[in-house]
Amino acid sequence: MARFLVRRLFNYVALCLVATFLAFALAALTFDPIAKLQERNPPPPQSAIDAKRAELHLDEPIPARFVHWLGDAARGDFGQTVVNTSISDELPRRVGVSLRLFLLGTVVGIGLGVILGVASAIRQYKFSDYFATLFSFVILSTPVFLLGLLLKYGALQLNTAAGAQLLVFTGETSPGFQGSFGAALLDRIQHLVLPTLTIALGQIAYYSRYQRSAMLDVLGSDFLRTAQAKGLTRRKALFKHGLRTALVPMATLFAFGFGLLITGGTFTERIFGWYGMGDWLVYGIEQDDTNITATVTLFVAVLVLISGWLSDVFYALLDPRVRLR
Amino acid sequence: MTMIDSDVLADPGLPPGPDDALLEVSDLEVSFPSEDGRVRAVRGISYRVAPGEVLGIVGESGSGKSVSSLAVMGLLPPSAKISGSIRLRGQELLGLSDTELSRIRGRKIAMVFQDPLSALTPVYTVGDQIAEALLVHGGRSMTAKAAAKRSVELLDLVGIPNATDRVNAFPHEFSGGMRQRAVIAMAIANDPDLIIADEPTTALDVTVQAQVLEVLKTAQEVTGAGIVLITHDLGVVAGTADRVVVMYAGKAVETGTVDEIFAAPRMPYTLGLLGSIPRLDIGRGQPLVPIEGQPPSMVALPPGCPFGPRCPLHVDACDQAEPELLVAPGASGDHRAACIRTAELAEADAEGGELAAEVFDAHVVDTSALHTVPRTEREVVLGVDGLVKHYPVRTGSVFRRKVGAVQAVDGVTFDVRAGETLGLVGESGCGKSTTILEIMGLEPPMGGSVQVLGSDITGLSKADRKRIRRDLQIVFQDPMASLDPRLPVRDLIAEPLEVQGFSKEQIAQRVPELMRLVGLRSEQINRYPGEFSGGQRQRICIARALALEPKVLVLDEPVSALDVSIQAGVLNLLDELKVRLGLAYLFVAHDLSVVRHIADRVAVMYLGKIVEIGSVDEVFAAPQHPYTQALLSAIPVPDPEVERRRERVLLHGDMPSPANPPSGCRFRTRCPLFLTLDADQQARCIGEEPLRRPAQPAEPGTAVVDHEAACHWARIKTVV
Amino acid sequence: MTTTDVGAGTHVPAGGGAPVEVPSGPAAAETEGVTRGRLVLRRFLRNRLALAGLVTLVLLYAVSLLSPLFAPWAYNQYDYTAFLQPPSPSHWFGTSQIGEDVFAQTMRGLQKSLTIGLLTGLISIVIASLVGASAGYFGGWVDRGLMWVVDLLLVLPSFLIIAVISPALRGSSWIWFVLLLGVFAWMITARILRGMTLTLREREFVKAAKFMGAPSSLIIRRHILPNMASLMIIDVTITVGATILLETGLSYFGFGVQPPDVSLGTLIRAGSDAAVTTPWLFLFAGGLLVISVLAVNFIGDGLRDALDPNSRGGRRRQKSARKSASKTKKVATS
Ligand code: SF4
Ligand code: SF4
Repeated sequence: MARFLVRRLFNYVALCLVATFLAFALAALTFDPIAKLQERNPPPPQSAIDAKRAELHLDEPIPARFVHWLGDAARGDFGQTVVNTSISDELPRRVGVSLRLFLLGTVVGIGLGVILGVASAIRQYKFSDYFATLFSFVILSTPVFLLGLLLKYGALQLNTAAGAQLLVFTGETSPGFQGSFGAALLDRIQHLVLPTLTIALGQIAYYSRYQRSAMLDVLGSDFLRTAQAKGLTRRKALFKHGLRTALVPMATLFAFGFGLLITGGTFTERIFGWYGMGDWLVYGIEQDDTNITATVTLFVAVLVLISGWLSDVFYALLDPRVRLR
Repeated sequence: MTMIDSDVLADPGLPPGPDDALLEVSDLEVSFPSEDGRVRAVRGISYRVAPGEVLGIVGESGSGKSVSSLAVMGLLPPSAKISGSIRLRGQELLGLSDTELSRIRGRKIAMVFQDPLSALTPVYTVGDQIAEALLVHGGRSMTAKAAAKRSVELLDLVGIPNATDRVNAFPHEFSGGMRQRAVIAMAIANDPDLIIADEPTTALDVTVQAQVLEVLKTAQEVTGAGIVLITHDLGVVAGTADRVVVMYAGKAVETGTVDEIFAAPRMPYTLGLLGSIPRLDIGRGQPLVPIEGQPPSMVALPPGCPFGPRCPLHVDACDQAEPELLVAPGASGDHRAACIRTAELAEADAEGGELAAEVFDAHVVDTSALHTVPRTEREVVLGVDGLVKHYPVRTGSVFRRKVGAVQAVDGVTFDVRAGETLGLVGESGCGKSTTILEIMGLEPPMGGSVQVLGSDITGLSKADRKRIRRDLQIVFQDPMASLDPRLPVRDLIAEPLEVQGFSKEQIAQRVPELMRLVGLRSEQINRYPGEFSGGQRQRICIARALALEPKVLVLDEPVSALDVSIQAGVLNLLDELKVRLGLAYLFVAHDLSVVRHIADRVAVMYLGKIVEIGSVDEVFAAPQHPYTQALLSAIPVPDPEVERRRERVLLHGDMPSPANPPSGCRFRTRCPLFLTLDADQQARCIGEEPLRRPAQPAEPGTAVVDHEAACHWARIKTVV
Repeated sequence: MTTTDVGAGTHVPAGGGAPVEVPSGPAAAETEGVTRGRLVLRRFLRNRLALAGLVTLVLLYAVSLLSPLFAPWAYNQYDYTAFLQPPSPSHWFGTSQIGEDVFAQTMRGLQKSLTIGLLTGLISIVIASLVGASAGYFGGWVDRGLMWVVDLLLVLPSFLIIAVISPALRGSSWIWFVLLLGVFAWMITARILRGMTLTLREREFVKAAKFMGAPSSLIIRRHILPNMASLMIIDVTITVGATILLETGLSYFGFGVQPPDVSLGTLIRAGSDAAVTTPWLFLFAGGLLVISVLAVNFIGDGLRDALDPNSRGGRRRQKSARKSASKTKKVATS
């Protein structure tokens, strides 16, 4: 079992590196930071441009540049941005911001999604089931950026109605906020609610759909009948045997759900002015910055693969058939 | 959760049954909503079970036999509409709430389901699941520890070796037979009054079936429970049941004691069922009775006898009203049948099988014309010599490493000569399917050689291979799976012709011809496979296989997916085609009685090797390998008298993994003969692989013509 | 044998006697005429949501295409008398800061977004069925190689790759963008189709064809692909929905459809800055976006119900949970 997971991990590392290289190469091919520089008014002197070229190693072949970047990255130096700030200095803060959003979104999403899905399956074809299904469909048909915008719009109405700043929708803390721990926490929470909701809604809809179908599959299963035949009430059989088994496929969904979350997270960060990794990516592309792009790609690839790996682990934990492989 | 017609609950008209009735079901009706309307799955059935009695409920798929028993358990889906009465020791069960029922289920009534593979929750250990049954009903006195201890005892009772260890195993670590035992252990955990077993052995191999039936018997002895045994297999009923209910189209059409039903069936359907089963103890001389047509749709049943459209005795009066279940004329006691012509049947003084053949006008197909030339002088159409096929066993899924080999086929030798049928028999996992796939693949084998019509398949060119395919065709087990559901019959049958490059005109002429040959109407040429019944689909498969006029037809369990009544028709067709077209068959089956009926020679496989081979008459008359003997003795004979007399050779445990077969004789881990040997003799079994040697003659002094067995200590034992 | 008169004078139905005879007709007649296609259609039409989805989608597309014929303003007209006006009889969806008619703009964006979604769905299914069927059918190295590529592309969210490439698209036609979307939309479908091919390959009718000597290309064309058709149809709808979401998301950030082309995404972006004071600038575009994707998803769900009755409403067997898991990934991308 452990060997299996280790082997998986090894393959993931290889995938990670190739993926990052791919993004790096694509970025290096399409980006043209020098053109940006030349567009400046007044145009910088040729010497400055040449210096920039050299600094960004633009004249080297792309694989060499990648190896160079990767070598530095392995030592914790992810290079400079086009405007000469250190990526490594900014990285931890941004990673922290993104992870907070992702983790909260995942936990809330899975928790509520599973509950909603199970409830909906047990009450199949009742009003609440239709309602939950419709909710999921609408959420899954709404792009995250639109959801964010709408929530923002709604929060504004709420604030106006309440006559107070209940929910804040820019940044993750109020700039220069000072106060007691409790007040600081409240401030954070005020900032947190909307982005987390934006990202969690999609996750809830996603997980609930699948939990519902997994649960319905289990509802017709022979083993549930066996459990009832030995004297468990339907309810007890459902929870003890049904739900436990229906959770197994959820483990494999986790990896996919997380991939979805990353894309959504990027939009969410942008809309609510959180300076996380997603925001950085958009900024990096706008600035034609290969290093930022590659760094964010590496981060994303690592996250995707960790989620994939975790997915395997959860699966193994939940399903004895895999555990003993 | 069950819906009941309110008047039923208050029905005072039903007299209370005699005190000794354990379960009394009366006028039970069950219907379900469906796309086409309400399906009346059970249309008023009544039966009773006395304590300690075994009641067999027999019927084909869709006859409502399972639905009626699920109704007793209160386990039908909420959409089912149920009416009638179900009383357990006088207590009405219909209308009880789920909570009330849950106190009865598992404690007073227990159930064993058909498919042991899915009947256990995959994520809990077997022990926990058995203990759970004890804990839910045990009240406070039952501690988790006591329950765990008791589950080990229960597992031991149902014959699971090393119960102490195995109790912690997960269901997927158990074989099908072991899982079914675990389910039985669960069922008897609380010493129930009634056990309902719904096709408990259908998904299992015959030797395992024999084991499980034995366990069920033990369970009954231990608990003294009444048993309702639901099955489609009259053979199983003959050996186990005291009384029988035959169901057709949601109703009981005949009831009586097991002897009455088998000796003097009074309803044409029962008669047909009895006549349609190939019997191990009769063989080729037995005419098989096909019941043509299909059971009626349960949505809109026309008035009159539901069996009418398939009944050879049908007269106009049959369509007036549905016949009632009445005491059969001349019958003693409680033998009832639902047919207006029972009296005439009673007058006929022929016994079951013969009567069936007579009523259904079935004949024995005469194949003697094929055998005018002695076997040794006929051409070898398919020769297999020392065939080997090993599969690699790999680990993981990313970087796969080979860790061993499944020795699926390990040195198999046989030949099929023109005009004869070789039956290749064995239980699942014995390598018989691999063998034929290897032959059909026409790829150079891993070891050994395969010759088709004299040419060795190793070193064939692509064109040669294509040519050989014309002479070698296959019919698969599941006719639904082997016909592309998206193509009409015409294209299906034409496919081999197209592949071999026949012209459009030739194809257009040949396809209707083929359809007629297998007994399909050529108007059906544009239909899709989904519109045909199982038996008809298998006929399409046969037509397709015959399109190129092959010399050899490989038949991979061609009837095992069909209901018995349909099976007989297909077997008769195969027999007839063989004579008409001079075909040779390689007939793969797990059912020795089918092989006995259709084959000229038989080869028995175990764990990738052939353990016994020879002409059907010789092998069945004097089986010499202990495995053949066990296999034969495990097959139930649809005759209660014979069944009572028979002595079972029971095998222990399951077939070992072909990835790691035992040394020496591969059968030694389960061989009943091995256990009786002394140490020296055993050492030979362990150390030396037995080779195939000519068998002993059935009667001293006679010569053995065609019979070999691979056992060091082979001896004759008559088991049929 | 003792002869009795049981058989005499009775009516023997067709097929009752000789073994090789026509099985009697009633059962066959019952199912007569219900071909699969008609059955599927019947089931689909019975699903009211799916039908509503189909009607809505067709209507939306038709209206967006035909709107120039009846709308009072064209997308490239400016009304200098009405800047930033709320909806009115002459400007149904209001006007923008520079006097453009929001209705005309929105219709144009809707048309582009729907077209992009449909085209991408087609491109994706072509690539996916090619890759999926060959990986599954041939197995071995072909399979491993192709699946590694799939894995690789799955590690990178397609949103990220397209965003990275987008600078190269500045100033070029939206067709390039469609190709790009298509090239990164097929992986999950390919995986599902591969899984399905693997099972189909073991199905007996494929084996039967192989044993007749049919070449691989014929088997794939004749047996494998047609039997995956229902799945492919379902998957196309899912891809279309997912693509519309992804496209509008990318366009919203300026990585997608480039001016002068407009899509619902660029419209929402343009309107969202002043979302609070002039909600009509983005609400109509946003609303239509949600409605179209919802319609597509309802169609997909209805198709699945109709084509794959076992799945009862998008539920698949547990075994395939892993595969189907991938499906909603697409549904909800962006
Ligand atoms: S009632 Fe008529 S049709 Fe029915 S079984 Fe008896 S003879 Fe046959
Ligand atoms: S060789 Fe020995 S173990 Fe094998 S079948 Fe004969 S007696 Fe049994």
